[in-house]
Amino acid sequence: MIDKVVESMSAAVADIRDGATVMIGGFGTAGMPSELIDALIAQGAKNLTIVNNNAGNGDTGLAALLKARRVKKIICSFPRQADSWVFDGLYKEGQIELELVPQGNLACRIEASGAGLGAIFTPTGYGTLLAQGKETRAIDGKNYVLEMPIRADFALISADRGDRWGNLVYRMTARNFGPIMARAAACTIAQVREVVPLGALDPEIVVTPGIFVQRIVRAGAARRAAA
Amino acid sequence: MNRLNRDQLAARVAKDIPEGAYVNLGIGAPTMVANHLPKGREIFLHSENGLLGMGPAPAKGEEDPDLINAGKQPVTLLTGGCYFHHGDSFAMMRGGHLDICVLGAFQVSARGDLANWHTGAPDAIPAVGGAMDLAIGAKRVFVMMDHVTKSGEPKIVAHCTYPLTAVQCVDRIYTDLAVIDVTTHGLTVVEMAEGLSFEELLRMTGAPLARALS
Repeated sequence: MIDKVVESMSAAVADIRDGATVMIGGFGTAGMPSELIDALIAQGAKNLTIVNNNAGNGDTGLAALLKARRVKKIICSFPRQADSWVFDGLYKEGQIELELVPQGNLACRIEASGAGLGAIFTPTGYGTLLAQGKETRAIDGKNYVLEMPIRADFALISADRGDRWGNLVYRMTARNFGPIMARAAACTIAQVREVVPLGALDPEIVVTPGIFVQRIVRAGAARRAAA
Repeated sequence: MNRLNRDQLAARVAKDIPEGAYVNLGIGAPTMVANHLPKGREIFLHSENGLLGMGPAPAKGEEDPDLINAGKQPVTLLTGGCYFHHGDSFAMMRGGHLDICVLGAFQVSARGDLANWHTGAPDAIPAVGGAMDLAIGAKRVFVMMDHVTKSGEPKIVAHCTYPLTAVQCVDRIYTDLAVIDVTTHGLTVVEMAEGLSFEELLRMTGAPLARALS
């Protein structure tokens, strides 16, 4: 019997090694897999490359991972926010490397990797600082920039419900990067509010098919409170 | 002269958004346009974090941390609205499916280059978000901004000195002093604040202006 449900957060993240590239879902705190991140902090892996839209909010979740000095590089679109003081401090001290990517390029570079594409030509960023040094091409009279896929060893995402085959559905705008990151990582770990029996998810509304998910772990009641 | 205040400017932009339009309102002042959309027009507001049919802010106590806009503020979903992931959301933007986006700006150039994400200051922490995708993707790009900076420098310039968001992307500029179209022949003034002369407007603008024939 195939059962992707893992009993604990710590077991779910146990094999994330030093130097791994880890995608973390969420837009701000909506969809951020806070319990998986806490487990990763406790597990101790360091020199991580993190892919997320932001660079942490407040002192919890991704910000706590940064504060614990486990992250050598972050690939994101919008690090600077009113409550991004942890990142801001590390960046100003030169303690963290930043690869700034326009949000849509972040999304399509993640999608490209999950879809097995070698690279993509995107119009976003053409003629700007963020395209400097990159190959460009005019296609049908429009200018594009060559961007490379972003691959990851692990993706940590948050979903609303999942079953033992790894099928997932999300809740509201917490969906954001979950479905595309799930496809782009060698091992995707989803924390879910509820694990439901096979068949409980209407096959017509499954958002992430189980083939993209390797591990499922049930989030405790703390999840909503932490969000 | 009657400079438009923020609300009047937002209302002026809202007037140009037609029934049925798919629209993204950028973070900051453009968000205010939502408050002025004419009642009775069905307009689809898109938020790049993954919703179409965005409604107003919820009542106090009704906020849901999973239902936010691109500025990470709590919002609501209108009946008929829907959620989607970032791949779909940016396909809507980059793929030319949005009719209009409204953005703020540091500078707009005579040929419609937009600078709105970075001052270029060496100690600034850069952040770009979805600005570049909106600027190149929407069918029409509206900019709303003050006509001049707080120190009186023109924000409409011959060439942007701040780092660009996108090249030749702006279609129309709404300021507290004028409405200006970016055309293949340059900038054309279509409206001016009451009591403002064309010569005064020229003095506060860093690029040549033409008057629309009307």
